[in-house]
Order: sequence, then C-alpha cells, then structure tokens
Amino acid sequence: MLKAIGVSRIEALFAPIPDVCKLDRPLDVGPALDERSLMDHLEELASRQPKAPPFLGAGAYPHHVPPAVDQLLLRSELYTAYTPYQPEVSQGTLQITFEFQTYVTLLTGLEVANASMYDGATAAAEAALMAVRLSKGQRNKVVLSRALHPEYRDVVRTYLAEGFEVVEVGFGPDGRTEREALRAAVDETTAAVLVGYPNFFGVVEDLSAAAAIAHEKGALLVSCTTESLALGLLQAPGALGADIAVGEMQSFGNGLNFGGPGVGFFATREAHLRQLPGRICGATVDRSGRRGFVLTLSTREQHIRRERATSNICTNHGLNATAATIHLSLLGREGLHALALLNYRRARYARERLAEVGVKPLFTGPVFNEFAVRAPKDAPRRIADAGLVGGLQIDCYYPELDSGLLLCVTELHDKARIDALAKALA
Amino acid sequence: MSQESFPQTSPGARGLVYREPLIFERSVPGRMGASLPAAGVPEYDPADEIPAELLRGPIEHFPSLSENEVVRHYVRLSQTNHSIDSGFYPLGSCTMKFNPKVNEWAARLPGFANAHPYLPVEQAQGVLELMYRLQRLLSEIGGFAATSLQPAAGAHGEMAGLMMIRAYHLDKEGRPRKKVLIPDSAHGTNPASAALLGYQAVELESNAQGMLEPETVAAAMDEDVAALMVTNPNTLGIFETHIREIAEIVHAKGGLVYGDGANMNAILGVARPGDLGIDVMHYNLHKTFSTPHGGGGPGSGPVSVSAALEPFLPRPVVVKDGDRYLLDFDRPKSIGKLRTFWGNVGMMIRAYTYIRELGAEGLRATAERAVLNAQYLRKLLEEDWHVAYQNPSLHEVVFTDRNLKETGVNTMDVAKSLIDHGFHPPTVYFPLIVPGALMIEPTETESKETLEHFAAAMKAIAEQARKDPEALKQAPQKPVVERLDEARAARKPILRWTPDFEIPLG
Repeated sequence: MLKAIGVSRIEALFAPIPDVCKLDRPLDVGPALDERSLMDHLEELASRQPKAPPFLGAGAYPHHVPPAVDQLLLRSELYTAYTPYQPEVSQGTLQITFEFQTYVTLLTGLEVANASMYDGATAAAEAALMAVRLSKGQRNKVVLSRALHPEYRDVVRTYLAEGFEVVEVGFGPDGRTEREALRAAVDETTAAVLVGYPNFFGVVEDLSAAAAIAHEKGALLVSCTTESLALGLLQAPGALGADIAVGEMQSFGNGLNFGGPGVGFFATREAHLRQLPGRICGATVDRSGRRGFVLTLSTREQHIRRERATSNICTNHGLNATAATIHLSLLGREGLHALALLNYRRARYARERLAEVGVKPLFTGPVFNEFAVRAPKDAPRRIADAGLVGGLQIDCYYPELDSGLLLCVTELHDKARIDALAKALA
Repeated sequence: MSQESFPQTSPGARGLVYREPLIFERSVPGRMGASLPAAGVPEYDPADEIPAELLRGPIEHFPSLSENEVVRHYVRLSQTNHSIDSGFYPLGSCTMKFNPKVNEWAARLPGFANAHPYLPVEQAQGVLELMYRLQRLLSEIGGFAATSLQPAAGAHGEMAGLMMIRAYHLDKEGRPRKKVLIPDSAHGTNPASAALLGYQAVELESNAQGMLEPETVAAAMDEDVAALMVTNPNTLGIFETHIREIAEIVHAKGGLVYGDGANMNAILGVARPGDLGIDVMHYNLHKTFSTPHGGGGPGSGPVSVSAALEPFLPRPVVVKDGDRYLLDFDRPKSIGKLRTFWGNVGMMIRAYTYIRELGAEGLRATAERAVLNAQYLRKLLEEDWHVAYQNPSLHEVVFTDRNLKETGVNTMDVAKSLIDHGFHPPTVYFPLIVPGALMIEPTETESKETLEHFAAAMKAIAEQARKDPEALKQAPQKPVVERLDEARAARKPILRWTPDFEIPLG
C-alpha cells in the first residue's frame, strides 16, 4: 500500500503536519491490555456498585428491561448503523423512529414528536427556547416550578444564561406548584411555564390549572415528565392543556447506566411543527409508490440552516429511543397500563407501611411511584445497613426540607423488600 | 489492482428482505409481549387518591402483540439497514470504524448498567474511578489540563466549550465578546452552537488549498471576537499547517481557539491539539473511540480544556481525594449543568475499554492505518475521479462529480449506485464549499481488499456513467425501497401513524 501511495515509510504520510506540531513521545496512556485482562479489570470496576435495585428515582428509574429489548438492540444492523441520511439503506432505523414518534404522541396526547433528544432536561431547555422563538422575540421570560426536578431547572438556566429572564415559583404543602404564586409570576412577557408531571416529589400536578394560568397571559405550558411510565396511568399532558410535553423515557427499555444515556422526548401541537428542534422522521413513497420513511423538514436543522437552525442538536439518542420503542411494543396496550398500575400499588403499599412505622409523607398531593417522606437523618445509613440501596436526601436541593427523603418503588421492589425498608426505618 | 486478488463476496446481492408493516398495523387485541409480576400487595385503586380527570385507562391505538411477533417485527426491520458490521461505511467526518464487541460486553455489566446516578459515592467507586481515569486519558491524548465528560454529543460539547469561552471573557473582561469566527468548511453544528450562545457567526473563507490562511484570521480578528472554531484536520481531511500561527493571532487579541475534535482519529498519538494552541476541544467518543453510532446516537462529547478554562468546566467533575473518587460540585465559576446527571456513562465505559485495549501504540497505529487507508483509496480513485483539493490529505479525502459532468450523472446518482454495489455511500454534498462533494473516510479498520473492492465499484460506476447514465438514475434497485420522494415528505408531513394512515406498503 505504501508503494502504491509512493512513500517508503508510514511516517511520511504525516508529512503535511509540520514537525513542530508533532508529539515527540508516546502517549502516556499505558500499554495495551489483552482482552481477558481488560475484562477482568472492567469486572472489578463494575463489582464495586451494589446489586440490589435502589429505592431511588429522581429522574432515573430502576425498571425491568426485558431480555428481548437488549437482544434486539444487539442486532448489529441497528446499533452499528449511522444516522439515516441515506434512507434507502436505513429503513429499519427510520421506521423504528416513526414508531417512536407515534408512541410519544400517544403517550403525550399531542400531534407531533421528534426523533429524540439527549435527555429530559435538555428537552425541557429546548422547549423553553422554542416557546421564545414562537413568540417571535416578544417574550423572553420563562417561569419554572420549583417542584420541577432541580437538575432540569439547572439545565434550563444554563441554556438560557444569556438574554432571558428565568424565575421560579414555589410549592405548597401538597407538594404542587403554588397556584397563586404562579398566577403572579406569569405575565405578558412570559413565553413558557415549565411544570413537572409528576414533579420532583413524585406529586401529580394539576396541569389544567397551570395551563389556564399560562394561557390567560398567552404563554405556553410545558409539562416535563421524568418518569414516563406514569403516562401509562395518568392523563396525557396534551389532553390537560400542555402545549409542549417533554421528558425522559429511560424508564422504557433503558438501564440506569449511572445516569446516561437515557432518551429525551419532545412533543407539541402541529401548529408549532416548524419550530421543533432535532430530527424528524416522515412517511413518503418511493418511485414505485411503495411506502418508505425519510428524515424530513431538515431545513430547520443545523446541517442546512447553520446559524439559523432551530437547535444545534445533531446526534440524538436514537438507539435509546429504539430500546423504548421495543419495550413499549412488548408491553402494548394492556401491559403498559398494568405495569403502571403495579408501580402505583407497590409504591402505595410502601407509603402505608412506612406510615405505620412513623415515617410520614412530606406532602399531601397525589403521587405515582415516587414520594417524599419525613425520615430520620440517619435513614441512608439504616437503609444501607439493611442491605438495601437508596433513598435520596433532598435537603441539598431544598434546604427547608431538612428531613426530606425521596423514595421510588417499582416492579423491581417486591413486598419483602418493601417490608425490609419499613423495618430499617422503624 | 486485479479483480482476482481478493475474494468476491457479492455485495449487494438481493437477499430475503421483508416488507414490514408498522407495529400498529400488526396489532391483535388481547396479546401481550411482556411478563409482569403479580403485585403481591393490595389491589389499591388509584381513583381513591388521584382525581379522576388526571387518570386514564389503557391507551387507545397502542398495539397488542406477542413477544415473538415483536421480536420478528424488529428483526425484519433491522434487516433493511446497512451497518458497519455488515459492510463498508465510508462516511467522511463520521469515522465509521468497527465497534469492538468487548465494548458492548463491558457496558452491559450489571454493576454499570444498573448503577443509579444518585448512589452515594461510597457505593459508586468503580464507575467513578473509570470516569476519573477516562478524564485523565482524554486530557493526555489531546494535550489538555482537564476534561469534563458531561456533554451528550459533539454539538453539546461545542455548546459547553463556547459557554466556557463566554464565561472566561465575562470573568476576565467583565463582558462576553460578540463574534465567533468559523471557516467555510466547518460542520453546521459550529455556527448553530455559536448562534445558540448569542454569538454572531462570522464565516472565514478557505484558500485554494482548502486551508485557513493566517492573514484571513488576522483580518477578521478584533477584540469583539470571542473565539475561532477550527477542525484539524479539517473536513477536507487537510491538516491546517498554520494552526500555531493562527492560534497566536487569536490569542494576541484576547480570543480563544475552539477545536472541533471530530477528526481526532487522524492524529491520535501523532499530534495533540492542546500543544498547538487550541484552548478547548470536544471529542466525539462515537467517532474516535469506537462507541457505536446507534442509528443516530447516543454519542458522547467530552470537552477538554487548557488550565485557563478549567475553572469554568461544567459541574460536577470527578476528582480523586486520597483513595476515594468524588463528584466535585463546588466550582463557583462553572458554567453549570448541561444535562441531567454526569454524562453518557454507557458510552464512557465503551470508550475507556477501547483506549485500554489499544494502549499508546495502538492509538498511534489507529491514526497511521486510518491515514494509510485513506491515502491508498485516494490513489485507487484518483484516476477516474476528480479530487477537490490536490494537496495531501490525511484520514479522509473529498472527490467530486466534476469528471461526470457531460454524462448528466451527479453525486446523488453515484451515492445511490454505490448502494447497489453493496456499499454505504460516502458523505455527499458536504463540505458545502465543494460542489458535488463525495467525502470518503475509510477508517483504519477496513482491509486492503475492501478498499480495492470499493474502488472497483467506483470505477464501474464511472464507466457506466459514460455508457448508460440512465441506469444510474434508476439506482438503487437492490434495497427494500427505491429512491424515496423526500420532497413529498416535507410538503405533506406525515410524522406518526394514525388509524387513517393510508400509504400502501407496496
């Protein structure tokens, strides 16, 4: 090969790089490891995390991932493909994306959805930016519920650091966004109101009330769902007045992965389609009139529109969206509802057991599979001593909730495990 | 090159491929593909607590299928995809290299896959150690002081880098600057990221050799310029030989240099951007470090920075305190959080596995072979195809359709014809400064035989263009669908299945 190229040494291939720019030593990254030694090393690192399913949610939820999901994800044709820019050889990826978009619209009760976002928090930030764009620059204020996940609020603030006003409104004893405070915060300069559904405390917000307050002043309501399984039991945000529904779909088919990758979703009303960020898949026909799928409306995107794009997003979380799509297909109509109901029932059992031992709920509002309690300060140690994992102390986010402990109960936590948790905290 | 010197593997032969309806069209009421445990607790009714208007039952139009049916559906769909595991995928600037299988094994270890991000740090020492080591490895590979693993993808890393530059100027000069200089050969994410941060994107013209001239930068450079964004080697595969001088020009006016690390594969172990005056750079773990592209993601876009920018890194950063690994949130100058939790850890595990498997020599060999393959392929194709820039390139090379002008065959026809030969097309019509661009990056993991086979297909296409151009206009014929009507998709968007969905399967 070198001869064909017309050089004698590999080094000559790097002639275009001036010598002064070259590294004159080997990289200090250690020697190559053979495959078995490498696997031993990685197994050792992995072994240091606990095996028991954590009583932890707060934006990342422990759920059963059916083996069928992972075995399908390991189809090389899915995971080693690139972005489907050549649709004729990417119909698998594209059709799955189209199915994902359909699932998102069914779950959210909205008309259009994109092909995925990085995660729920960046989707929330992009929703805020989209609402500002839709106001044609007339509104630059975004109102956040303080009961929205603290990291979602942080990310919105990071994205909106320059030229926007971001304000927060508090929550009441029911753990829901305070209605009168929200009414006072929303004005004619407000582009969007962002509310958790369920919120960080697991409490199911009254979206209709929030929508009415937002709409009265011409602002959009954005619902942010960290636990998408809740949408199998709770009314669709679109049906309650949300104009944009975003969130995290890690709960469907994706492991915890120490927090990423999960998959963000983004849905809105058809009228706002041209301002959607990210990739969108659409149906069309080929030259013989057969059905096919393509990426479409790409004039919104960075590779065409460059600095005038609706977002800078390029790579999204396609494979995680694929995992969610496969899991939703396995669950189906009955399974999704049954799994959501199961989560609700297990969590309610946990709430009742904990209340019996004196660990009372922090809020009075209705919850799904996650809830905050007033727990003794040494709760995490007591939980760990019982061989269990989790509970998140929330005073680092809410100093006023000094003894607040956030717990999540899913289908992975059976009765015995829940009883053990109650015993540990008794 | 002779046809006999390598085995004929008959790429593009028509196999048994199914026309598969949408999952929603396969539904049969009553079926289910998931196994749920019994509740084991009382059958509480949510309506006791949750207001009726906030509840719903099973969702209408959700499908009902058995596990077997679901599996078969997605296996059939997968079979209509091209992938790196099934064939050559020479997309320029995308670095479609082989994804070692040990990476997938590693990321699926239960201790990683089931680790909750809010585990107390004492219960997460293994994964934190891996992240800490990866931060160090990436800093060393790029020649930087520190690294944040948080950005989810390359464009997210660009955003992080520009935010740090903005924070740096705010800290140092009391106000952010206004403009970002971007060469005309840059990825579209560069100007889009700059605009997202409120910067005015100023395009810089490349010279006749496809390179950025120091004079061009100097003429555009003033004290309103926050940064120059540069990809090196650039999207033409050409090394920006004046990079050090250019960086000095930018620094002299108080600006910083942003490095787009998309093309790091070309210079691993050969040169380090941090040594060349780059102040901040994102990596694409899904390009350089072999994490799979997943049909569009997830990626991972760590950013590495010089010491001057370290205080502004997104928080938290993984730090080592004695023998313990911690998440350090106490970073008062940080640009804040870019996403939930700590980044795409699943991708970090794969990239870490890859770097440790290769070691220092292996990383350098990666760059050497990537450039060797690209130059060999360039040599094989040069005879028939017009090279956009004559000067030497590294890991990728841009050809055009100019030699076919009189035949009426264009780059799109060439791309679609390659599909019928069993190859994924190169990146087409990019960079934007090259009319009819065919941007080819073979990567280091392809064999000599594959490159020759691809070159033979390109030669055959060039010949056919002269003999029977109309046939190329009809390509592709072998995939599950023929050329798709993209204009119709945009004109009349159908973006989800509904019960009145009426496009025939055909």
